[in-house]
Amino acid sequence: MPNWKKCLASLVLAAVFSLPLTGLSGTIPESKDPIKITLHDWTGQIINSHIMGEVLQEMGYNVEYVVADYLAQFAGLESGDLHVAMEMWETTGKQAMEASLATGKTEDMGETGMWAKEEWWYPSYMKEKCPGLPDWKALNDCAEVFATPMTAPKGRYLGGPVTWGGHDEERIEALGLDYEVVHSGTNAALFSELKAAYERKAPILLWVYAPHWVPIKYDGEWVEFPEYCDECYDDPSWGVNPDKAYDCGKPYGWIKKVAWAGLKDKWPGAHRAIKGFHIENEVIGELIAEVDLEGRKVKDVAAEWVQNNRDVWNSWTK
Amino acid sequence: MSSATIDLPLHGNGTQLFRKLRRLTFLFWPAAIVAFFVILGQQYQWIDVYPEQWVLPVQDWLNQAMKWLIHECSFGLFTFKELTRSLAWLVSWPFKLGMGLLVQGFDISFQLPLLGRIEGHLPHVSWLGVVGCVSLLGHYLQGWKLALISGGCFLYLAVFGQWVSAMETFSSILVAVPLGVLFGLILGIISYWSKTAEILIRPLLDMMQTVPIFAYLVPILFLFGFGPVSAMLGTVIYAVPPMVRCTHLGLQAVPDSQLEAGITSGCSRIQLFIKIKLPSALHQIMVGINQVIMLTLNMVIIASMIGAGGLGYDVLTALRRLHIGRGLEAGIAIVVLAIALDRLSQAITQSRRRKTASSKNEGIRHRHSLTALGLLFATLALGAEFQWIALYPEDWFISTAPFWDGLMSWINIHLYDVLNTLRSFLLIYLLVPLKKFLLGLPWSVVIAVLAYAGYRLGGWRLALLIAAAALFPAITGYWEKTMYTVYLCGIGVCIAALIGIPIGILAAGNDRLASGLQIILDTLQTLPAFVYLMPCVMLFRVGDVSALVAIVAYAVVPAIRYTLHGIRLVPIPVLEASTMSGCRKRQILTKVQFPLALPQIMLGINQTIMLALSMVVITSLIGTSDLGQEVYIALTKADIGRGMVAGLGVACIATVSDRLIQAATARQKLKLGLA
Repeated sequence: MPNWKKCLASLVLAAVFSLPLTGLSGTIPESKDPIKITLHDWTGQIINSHIMGEVLQEMGYNVEYVVADYLAQFAGLESGDLHVAMEMWETTGKQAMEASLATGKTEDMGETGMWAKEEWWYPSYMKEKCPGLPDWKALNDCAEVFATPMTAPKGRYLGGPVTWGGHDEERIEALGLDYEVVHSGTNAALFSELKAAYERKAPILLWVYAPHWVPIKYDGEWVEFPEYCDECYDDPSWGVNPDKAYDCGKPYGWIKKVAWAGLKDKWPGAHRAIKGFHIENEVIGELIAEVDLEGRKVKDVAAEWVQNNRDVWNSWTK
Repeated sequence: MSSATIDLPLHGNGTQLFRKLRRLTFLFWPAAIVAFFVILGQQYQWIDVYPEQWVLPVQDWLNQAMKWLIHECSFGLFTFKELTRSLAWLVSWPFKLGMGLLVQGFDISFQLPLLGRIEGHLPHVSWLGVVGCVSLLGHYLQGWKLALISGGCFLYLAVFGQWVSAMETFSSILVAVPLGVLFGLILGIISYWSKTAEILIRPLLDMMQTVPIFAYLVPILFLFGFGPVSAMLGTVIYAVPPMVRCTHLGLQAVPDSQLEAGITSGCSRIQLFIKIKLPSALHQIMVGINQVIMLTLNMVIIASMIGAGGLGYDVLTALRRLHIGRGLEAGIAIVVLAIALDRLSQAITQSRRRKTASSKNEGIRHRHSLTALGLLFATLALGAEFQWIALYPEDWFISTAPFWDGLMSWINIHLYDVLNTLRSFLLIYLLVPLKKFLLGLPWSVVIAVLAYAGYRLGGWRLALLIAAAALFPAITGYWEKTMYTVYLCGIGVCIAALIGIPIGILAAGNDRLASGLQIILDTLQTLPAFVYLMPCVMLFRVGDVSALVAIVAYAVVPAIRYTLHGIRLVPIPVLEASTMSGCRKRQILTKVQFPLALPQIMLGINQTIMLALSMVVITSLIGTSDLGQEVYIALTKADIGRGMVAGLGVACIATVSDRLIQAATARQKLKLGLA
């Protein structure tokens, strides 16, 4: 095909594609175009997205759910292909989010009201083998219990994927723990090991976070480290170890909503509602349990919540 | 006379010994190089470990180039991004059509001049209709057996509650496969016409197959937008290379006699191509199409991470919740879909050949298409009345998930000790020592030895190419991670070859085994690795052993296939001749079949390496610290350059091994007089 033909063809395509999308302002919905909400692969996020979607639909908007990778979605949010992401965790997505906000094409929609708790966690049957728990000082006495051939004589701590950060290596060094971090590659890998160990009542010490079904389904406890404060991470002299930072537990992390910057102008009403979205850990925890443990459908659970809690979400839209 | 009889064997022994020694000399130079560098390495640190200040900022260059491409590149009237966006828009139409037809139905609303506005909903095709049509197609192509297989496969999807997701996947495949085939054909034909194009395209193909998709995911999303279309394009990039290779191979293999016949009967160049070359390459091209289907289905799970819903998404969510049984069922749904499509596409090739023999089944075709149309409309009409015809009712779902979950728990509780011993054994005696050895090798020695091997096998040009490819990871500062990848994939390939080649040989002599094996191979190639990875992690824990299992399971397929194929290709007259000359079965195998099949087997090993490397992206999801992990980290930081460089590192490993093996195979062929 000669070059000019190719150019002409693409020109026509481009012209058709770039037809401006117009929206009437004033009444809700300001535009009939669907608001695209991203879905990731963990239950809490899918429930939240569906709650938000149901609420927007009640308000009169069209909603579309799009499956998207947690981090790759920013490309779509920036270009306006996607519009709303309901959960961006401080602990795992902060860097990508900040990079994206810096482009000015996405907007920080504020906190969801949920807090991410992340900490070292063990099943409660381990308390028999290591009676000093949950105090972190007991960890060193039980390093042998948690050890495997690969880490012996040190204990094995199964951390999250490297991309999650978490400063566990630094924590181990600062607190002088006889442990070694083994990173799992994904969420699923992390909890597969827990499931296997739990069935055998085998020793395991790993990274668990909430809101998630694992601390609901499995009986266990968080290790109690010295409580987190900003100085602990920034100032070496703070805390048990005067020479090193990170000698404390992990901070609670916010979970935020992120949206395409154009949302505000195209659907001002929806923009307000999404900004107002607020939900507590306990509430979402119960909903997660209903889906993951009782096997109900996400759609039903979310719709039911929206029907029963009109007052709650009415306050978001104001 | 007596002296002669005594002398001869002695003399013979002498030359044999001498020959053996001469054969060993090829080891001399590598040994000398190693010794040289090791001695020097004690003197100069930089020979041992690549100095950090020599690392070139290739990542930054790539980042800038990408930025330019996405934001600034323009053809005057429209930008590059607008061009890609319009392409994506174009591709999204057939996908929407498929989705409407199979999953969502159509919302119609249009204005008629007299009747006013008409609005309504046209339902999607019923599951009974699809199962029926697929069976009819199978019957038309090959008869009852294929009708049962293909209909049964689709029935599985309905009965096990995977219908909606499967149809979503199916409609994306219906777009991705023709797209891949088209691209593949074009590239294959171009590389056949022009030698320069071929030289340019070949490394491109290697890159497409080995650079993990996560590496170029972010730019793709920027350029083509978010959603199923990008996922499809990513899939096409991965699935196209075998199509190109097969097209090229098919065109090259057209017999001269046919070409001459064409020329003498006065064909023009174009006629020669369309009427003679393409038809005679058709069989090879169909092999390519089959591979496109398989690889597309293999990518379903990665595609679902980008924005394609469907079966891949179901597998992921099920495994996130550790519902292993349900993940397995969704995974098998992918396999089943693959098997149905594969058998049907193979039948199309065969029926084409039959059709040229006799064209009397024209009437049968019409009977079939009329029945299919009737069935579609009947189920559509009845579906409006009876819900169960339109959509398979949930109450009728069967699930074997509790069984699999139970089995998994049982293995976990009762067999854990055995598996744990195996795991520890593998780690302590195989993995850890080898890892230490490979990571400890000085970079300069590795490059020098590889380049020497390239020189011996293919001369200076090959040596230069290989040295350049091997240097790339060092220059960009990824030497250690690259060696880690080499270690993991290397062991994986060795184990896969040790398992695969004997199985291939066994199956070559046993037709029933071979046909049974076919299903297992298809399953291994299309069952998402995730499905067996999570059980692996449960049994072997996070770490290299689990990754190794995944690599071996996926990469063993070509080792078996090519061995089987190679041994079957040995000409029957040759076998007869060796039987006549008194060879025993074992002798025939070791002295005739195996050496003659070696080039094919080597090609299989080559593909084994490629597939092992393409698993790197999956192993990073378990938790290995290889290049795959680097790519994944780069993705989380939206660092395009970093991901691309790490991805190119994988491609470099592939290039080095591919070129060396090809050169070795070419020499072997020459020796056997096959070339």
